[in-house]
Amino acid sequence: MSSLKFTKDHEWLKIEGDDTAVLGITDYAQNALGDLVYVELPSIGKGVKKGEHFAVVESVKTAAEVYTPVTGEIVAVNDDLSTDPELIKKSLEEGWIAKIKMTNADEMAGLMDQAAYDAFVKTL
Amino acid sequence: MKTTPLHAAHIALGAKMGEFAGYDMPLYYGEGVIKEHEWTRTHAGLFDVSHMGQMFVTGAGATAFWEHVTPSSFANIPGGRAKYSVLTNERGGTVDDLIVTRMGPDKFFAVVNAGCKDKDFPWLQSHLPSNAQMDIITDRALIALQGPDSERVIRDVLGFDASLMPYMWMAEHNDLLISRLGYTGEDGFEISIPERNAEKVWNAFMAHEAVKPVGLAARDSLRLEMGYPLYGHELDEDISAVEAGLNWIIAKDHTDYIGAEVIRAHLANGTEHVRVGVRLTDKGVAREGAEIRNEADEVIGMLSSGGYSPSTQASIGMGYIQAEYAETGHKIFVNVRGRNIAAEVCALPFVSAKTKSMKKKEAA
Repeated sequence: MSSLKFTKDHEWLKIEGDDTAVLGITDYAQNALGDLVYVELPSIGKGVKKGEHFAVVESVKTAAEVYTPVTGEIVAVNDDLSTDPELIKKSLEEGWIAKIKMTNADEMAGLMDQAAYDAFVKTL
Repeated sequence: MKTTPLHAAHIALGAKMGEFAGYDMPLYYGEGVIKEHEWTRTHAGLFDVSHMGQMFVTGAGATAFWEHVTPSSFANIPGGRAKYSVLTNERGGTVDDLIVTRMGPDKFFAVVNAGCKDKDFPWLQSHLPSNAQMDIITDRALIALQGPDSERVIRDVLGFDASLMPYMWMAEHNDLLISRLGYTGEDGFEISIPERNAEKVWNAFMAHEAVKPVGLAARDSLRLEMGYPLYGHELDEDISAVEAGLNWIIAKDHTDYIGAEVIRAHLANGTEHVRVGVRLTDKGVAREGAEIRNEADEVIGMLSSGGYSPSTQASIGMGYIQAEYAETGHKIFVNVRGRNIAAEVCALPFVSAKTKSMKKKEAA
């Protein structure tokens, strides 16, 4: 778990292998959104830039864009979310949204670790 | 921000609060919107709607007054009968929608939308004849109890037997005004309560096993499934009751009300755009403001409301569409974030009403 990184937009990111980031949204974001009813997934092969949204999570109340803190290419998406969007809330293993093959791992430098993110959430 | 007499009760229940029409209101409580929605459809949901505007209109001119500011007829309705109608403007558009209840020969009770009351009251006052008086009610809360268990809960909690009370009727019980109506499509009641007793009555209902509190988020998904218009979405100053498909509220042979000429023309000639139900046939969620497009990708309308329907587990909406596309079953697209999602025009409501003896389509 120590390899988990977080953004101020409440995404989590986990490195798999050398250069692949697995992305999802944090408990804080899940609680703020409430009941999830649909996840709009990106297509595999799509290029994404740091700061762009790569997925949209729809709750009963609102649509929330999910941003990537790293640049790269979508190499996998969690298709299970298209039939059960509430899986996002279960665990990192079941609730990840997409995997991005990074082209610039240096972009991760500004991300928070668990302790820093927990402290950040307390300020909200 | 303004608060209702039940604000402290919502905080104590751990409600997620949010701003609505200038009020700090509960959006949902602990279990979330879908659970609250389902509870209302299967048991009894308790809503605080005290932010809505309540008023009395009294006097010999009261009946004529309501017939001047709405397209409905109030002349021949008995005491206790409530009617849904709209306030019309000179352009035939809609100032607000409301429920007017005759309490006696010269006494009416009316409830208007929270977001409109600041404009409604001066509007109504300016059209009030000298032989009628309007009193804005500021010392009463309003709660709604909605769902199939409502009648039993009313009996258990208030000791009031509503079993013979039809839909769209009011009864006075002690200092409560109990109306059998609501905006969820379920059997249910709206209860006007003196402010000093509001929390006591709320807590008495909350103590019943069939009752759970429900916030404004589920109130919206419940009314959307019923295809009921919401002011600021399906109705506004530029939308007539005819465009909104509310022809049933317009009294035949009633010509002496504000905007009657325009309304009559809409009735006679039809309107360019009409309100329809929309159901997505592909995956996604369409929300208010999404463009409705035809197969040639031309914009033919716009969603006025949209969201997820817990009862049908589909994405549904309402919108205004060019009349030639309004036929039920017409294949359309809803554009969400630049992507066309397949949808179809469908009949309203999305879920059958379970109100006790549905009478709303009787002669207005």
